[in-house]
Amino acid sequence: MSSPTRADVCVAACADLFAGAGEILASPMGLIPTLGARLARLTIEPDLLLSDGAAYLVADTPAVGARPSTVEGWLPYRKVFDVVAHGRRHVVMGANQIDRYGNQNISCIGDHAKPTRQLLGVRGAPGNTVNHPTSYWVPRHSPRVFVETVDVVSGVGYDRARAAPESARRFHAVHRVVTNLAVLDFAGPDHAMRLASVHPGVTVDEVLAQTGFPLVLGSSFVAETRSPTNEELRLLREVLDPRGLREKEVAR
Amino acid sequence: MRDKRMTADEAVAELADGMTVGIGGWGSRRKPMALVRALLRSPLRDLTVVSYGGPDVGLLCAAGKVRKVVYGFVTLDSIPYDPLFRRARESGQVDVLELDEGMFQCGLTAAGHRLPFLPIRAGLGSDVLRLHPGLRTVRSPYDDEELVAMPALRLDAAFVHLHRADAHGNAQYLDPDPYFDDLFCLAAERRYVSCERIVPTAELTEAGPVQSLLLNRMMVDGVVEAPAGAHFTSCVPDYPRDEAFQRHYAEAGADPDAFRSFADRFLSGAEADYQAAVRSWREAGEAA
Repeated sequence: MSSPTRADVCVAACADLFAGAGEILASPMGLIPTLGARLARLTIEPDLLLSDGAAYLVADTPAVGARPSTVEGWLPYRKVFDVVAHGRRHVVMGANQIDRYGNQNISCIGDHAKPTRQLLGVRGAPGNTVNHPTSYWVPRHSPRVFVETVDVVSGVGYDRARAAPESARRFHAVHRVVTNLAVLDFAGPDHAMRLASVHPGVTVDEVLAQTGFPLVLGSSFVAETRSPTNEELRLLREVLDPRGLREKEVAR
Repeated sequence: MRDKRMTADEAVAELADGMTVGIGGWGSRRKPMALVRALLRSPLRDLTVVSYGGPDVGLLCAAGKVRKVVYGFVTLDSIPYDPLFRRARESGQVDVLELDEGMFQCGLTAAGHRLPFLPIRAGLGSDVLRLHPGLRTVRSPYDDEELVAMPALRLDAAFVHLHRADAHGNAQYLDPDPYFDDLFCLAAERRYVSCERIVPTAELTEAGPVQSLLLNRMMVDGVVEAPAGAHFTSCVPDYPRDEAFQRHYAEAGADPDAFRSFADRFLSGAEADYQAAVRSWREAGEAA
């Protein structure tokens, strides 16, 4: 089998976000996290629940863009909010900005009263982050995204959770950030962002240069993100993304 | 039983300047656009719009109807950002209360239950509380856990769009998601439902399971028959989102001159004129 692409590595890293998750709702936002969640269900986490992005839970695991054949449940938005509050969920959100403690911004850039750029709004990020595990996917790792301070804290990071009432910490768990260059976690001092692994072909210096704050490095040796197995590559190429849509989202 | 049929313009005529108006649907899905278009051509102003926002919010802002927007997001779904809402925000034209999506639902539920607030964990630690210092926390009397006290989002009026209704206000959704249309109605003083078709009551349970009867007539003051009344947002199974027209809207909305032409062509007349203008736009092949 030919060697994996950068997109394949990113998908496998997203699949690994769900390792050990069990029978919970995986809520991936965006193509690469969606492929990751489906790959996880076909390999390490067969009990994951997946939605069609609208109101159905789907029992089969088809290619992205294909219509699922078996509905196993009803999950309109009001029930998604129940799952959020109940906690059996791991969401993978995007981030227009993210800082070293995992505070995320999807609201706007600049002063909230008169932003220079209006984005989506905080959406469900405040509730997601204080209720259940949250990870992030960043397709273009750059200092514009990885900033010293985010303009509007939408998703709550570790320092803000610490400063908030204790209830904000009861179920708070920002797990990892997967990017086109690396995997980051929050194993640094006071849950500061740490460079967990660099993708094959990426140097540590490259990641540091593309990050707008100092990253914690665990030791002089930074691991390489694992490459997908032959079975994972087969599932991606033949089952989940035969059209190769993932290659358009992650630069080679 | 009372006959609550009325036109969209009659519904809007019952509103007054400065009112708080809840708009059902979600993003660019099942929005009561015929009622929104009636708001656009009314003289109303200084409204507070409460919405899981889509093009309803952008259009009302661009028409100068809005003093304040209460929202968790504003998006066109297949297009991430509404250009008209962006311009309203980036020019500082409107006040905002930006909430977590769950807080928003919690506020509607509190209003519907006639409570001053309901507790919720969402919001703690985020900038929602920093940006809106009027939002307070409350301590549980049982175990001292401190939570957000989400205030009731009381509405003067609610506008929602469903698939079928009878003349008395019993109304039915036929897509898989009810969104929060029932909560909007419970939270409001005056409740208006537009629908694709008004049918005899007995036809409602022939069209779908009884669970699809989302609104009963206690929850509704006015029923407006508005075929294609959610256009260009989605109203499956009756019709999907008109993606080509939404792109046209989004492209026009990004440029003030282009949007003036768009508004002249599509939004200057009555609902029938809008639907006719969309048909001629489609037939002229401009959708390509």
